[in-house]
Amino acid sequence: MTEATGAPVLELTGVDTFYGRAQILSEVSLEVRRSEVVALLGRNGAGKSTTIKSIIGLVRPAKGEISFEGKPIQGLESFQISRLGLGYVPEDRRVFTSLTVAENLEVGRQPRRENAPEWTHDKLFALFPNLAAMSDRLGGLMSGGEQQMLTIARTLMGNPTTILLDEPSEGLAPVIVEQVAKTILDLKAQGLSILLSEQNLHLSTLVSDRAYIIEKGRIRYEGSMAELAENEEIRAAYLMV
Amino acid sequence: MADFIVSLLTGLSSAAAMFLVASGLSIIFGVTRIVNFAHGSFYMLGAYIGYTLVQAIGSTGIGFWAAVLIAAVAVGLIGVVMEILLLRRIYKAPELFQLIATFGVILVIQDVTLWVWGPEDLVGPQAPGLKGAVFILGKPLPEYDLALIAISPLVLLGLWALFKLTRWGTLVRAATQDRQMVAALGVNQRWLFTGVLFLGSALAGLGGAVQIPKGGADLLMDFNILAAAFVVVVVGGMGSIFGAFWAALLFGILQTFGIQILPNSTLVLMFLVMAVVLIFRPWGLLGIPESVLQIPSGPPERPLRPALPRVRALAGAACAVLLALPIVHLVFPEVVGTFTLVLVIEIMVFVLFAAALHFIMGPGGMVSFGHAAYFGGGAYAAALLVKFADAPFELAFWAAPVGGALLAFLFGWFCVRLSGVYFAMLTLAFAQIAWAFVFQDMPGSVLKTFGIADEYGAPLKITGGDDGLNDIWPSQWASARVSYYYITVGLSVAALWIMRRILYAPFGYTLRAGRDSPLRAAAIGIDLTRHRWLAFAISGAFTGLAGSLFLFSKGSIFPTTLEIARSFDALLMVLLGGVQSLFGPIFGAAALTWLNDLFSVLSYWRFLLGVTIIALVLLLPQGLAGFAGTRLGRRLRLARPEEMAT
Repeated sequence: MTEATGAPVLELTGVDTFYGRAQILSEVSLEVRRSEVVALLGRNGAGKSTTIKSIIGLVRPAKGEISFEGKPIQGLESFQISRLGLGYVPEDRRVFTSLTVAENLEVGRQPRRENAPEWTHDKLFALFPNLAAMSDRLGGLMSGGEQQMLTIARTLMGNPTTILLDEPSEGLAPVIVEQVAKTILDLKAQGLSILLSEQNLHLSTLVSDRAYIIEKGRIRYEGSMAELAENEEIRAAYLMV
Repeated sequence: MADFIVSLLTGLSSAAAMFLVASGLSIIFGVTRIVNFAHGSFYMLGAYIGYTLVQAIGSTGIGFWAAVLIAAVAVGLIGVVMEILLLRRIYKAPELFQLIATFGVILVIQDVTLWVWGPEDLVGPQAPGLKGAVFILGKPLPEYDLALIAISPLVLLGLWALFKLTRWGTLVRAATQDRQMVAALGVNQRWLFTGVLFLGSALAGLGGAVQIPKGGADLLMDFNILAAAFVVVVVGGMGSIFGAFWAALLFGILQTFGIQILPNSTLVLMFLVMAVVLIFRPWGLLGIPESVLQIPSGPPERPLRPALPRVRALAGAACAVLLALPIVHLVFPEVVGTFTLVLVIEIMVFVLFAAALHFIMGPGGMVSFGHAAYFGGGAYAAALLVKFADAPFELAFWAAPVGGALLAFLFGWFCVRLSGVYFAMLTLAFAQIAWAFVFQDMPGSVLKTFGIADEYGAPLKITGGDDGLNDIWPSQWASARVSYYYITVGLSVAALWIMRRILYAPFGYTLRAGRDSPLRAAAIGIDLTRHRWLAFAISGAFTGLAGSLFLFSKGSIFPTTLEIARSFDALLMVLLGGVQSLFGPIFGAAALTWLNDLFSVLSYWRFLLGVTIIALVLLLPQGLAGFAGTRLGRRLRLARPEEMAT
């Protein structure tokens, strides 16, 4: 694994997020550097998805700062954040079921960006050969694995420089998880930065450079993925079910 | 045969306006989730603007069609103005709240139209080049009808291409399913919504403009088309343009043949067909089940909590004032006049009506668009008992709540199986059927078919049709103003208290559980349909009670008490007051009744009322009762700190 360097592309500092009166995130700080895959690990309900949603603007943090490529983005609307080159792959996939594969991709399309690889239908179909064969199929008629590939492809159509991947392995067969891992490494090789929220330690170990562990809305551990893989004690404390 | 074909073609041509308006309504609802009541007004504006433009430039064929198109674009722009100035600010308000805002727009447009074009019906000029008739098997058919027949498929094709082949159309279809995700993919929904409002409104305007040569323009067009358009949309399936197309054709044909069989009841025929369709296909002919469509919008409902001491004290004080008013009236008639007592009686009647509607709407999550059926239906039950059985007041009075409950029991059995907009539409359909039953004096007609008629062979007057039933007063002891005042206040306060008790009892919990999570409620063994049915009947009983109080305060009853407008009044009161609070309907009904009374002496009262409603919507997006949750309300200790308005 290459060691990423330079200033962080995505940085959270002291983020608090509430749902109504319930505090979900407390002083969450983390950073993702260029071409780095960072895992955000934690059990169900620990605050992984809320962290991701706070970044992309689907929920509003009450406190703290979020910056992307040096610019503050907290308080911006989702579409504005997305247009800065921050792609979001939601946890429950949220494929447009009444649209075809090609149309799903079209919804994600954005103008090309200078500092990001440019994606076309053909390039995406090369990355996800399954999708090429079914470009006229309705999103609602695809299997879970195919939908997961489609969601990633849809986000790539926005030519992002950084991707937020929310639990991509959820509900997928192990062989498909391997495919997701391969895709993540492919994207990293193309220079994309990725924040990966996961419960699946196996997938995270395969692809991540660094890892954070979140529990009850607080970051409890920060370190390289290799260290975490060695550290039985931490894993038992925060990740074992 | 020739007659049949010509009738069929006439039916197809009359489908054009219905299809255009309905498709616009459907598109707007699909994306914004707003039930746009002002849609009928856009149709009306299309006709008026089209009329003026045709007068100016429509002497040639090209000029005429240009005028029609410009009118459509102009109405589209009016829709855009409404979206930017009004809807944009309230997308996040609780569901259906936007409905009141569009209702305010209806009132404003009515008076603006009256002011600009005057009260006379305008007779539309004929379309140049299409003034003649073609002969089909020897029967004449106006050439313009052929043009109208061609318009619907052309527009359908255009819409299909727009939605299927353009990026904009793809985005709109995606947003119909998941707005949040579309935004997270970098699409600015704001312009998507504005575009949709433009398209939908322009379609309504086009519908109004193309029918000028056939129907001209008048001030009743807005409500007349609105009911028909809703029916078309629901029968076709919410959000399905093809569905709207087929449903419009069906109803166009039905209308043409219906006129020959049952004159002046074509609208009832439409509602009857809709009721049948919804009973067998609860999501319309080509629609998809509501559960798939449902997208969480707005914040979740807050749990109901016991009232705070300060709120209880205020409620007690209000009751004391109500009880003291007549005494002040007797002692100082110049301070509290007869008029005030009459107004308070009227307010209490509508407070009870609104609270009964809120009973199923708020905690039950069932939005009835046709609650006037139980208000007027109950009142008619009491009135008929007085007229034909000479029942004393003390007995007849209670016939109304019983009648309201029975009617709700009957209609409810069908309705409670549906949810959301489909539920609303079916209740509206039943209310229209009940209205027609009274308005066209169906019992009289039915008796006549059995040979029972008056001495001239005309049907007996049972409900009295348009003339209503008159001279129905309370007994001597209750007829004095002050006595009747105390009856009204006593009964309505008691009824409010009973409803509140029911909602805080396990039955109320069950109802709310079913509203918040039908699946989970069913999974823990609750027979939801039965609970909803029972709640509907209870609501019907209290609505009937309000009807009874209304009847005996006026001494007469007319079919207008069962009208759509009356149902909408009640709906407006509940929404304006705030669905989330049990006090909401009380404030809403009191405010609207009072405002109505205040403005009704003015010449442009609709405009004023409309503007007031819009202002209230913008200022208090949680309804009037939402005031408690504002900063000021919490400082006055009317709400708990956590019940802050969002």
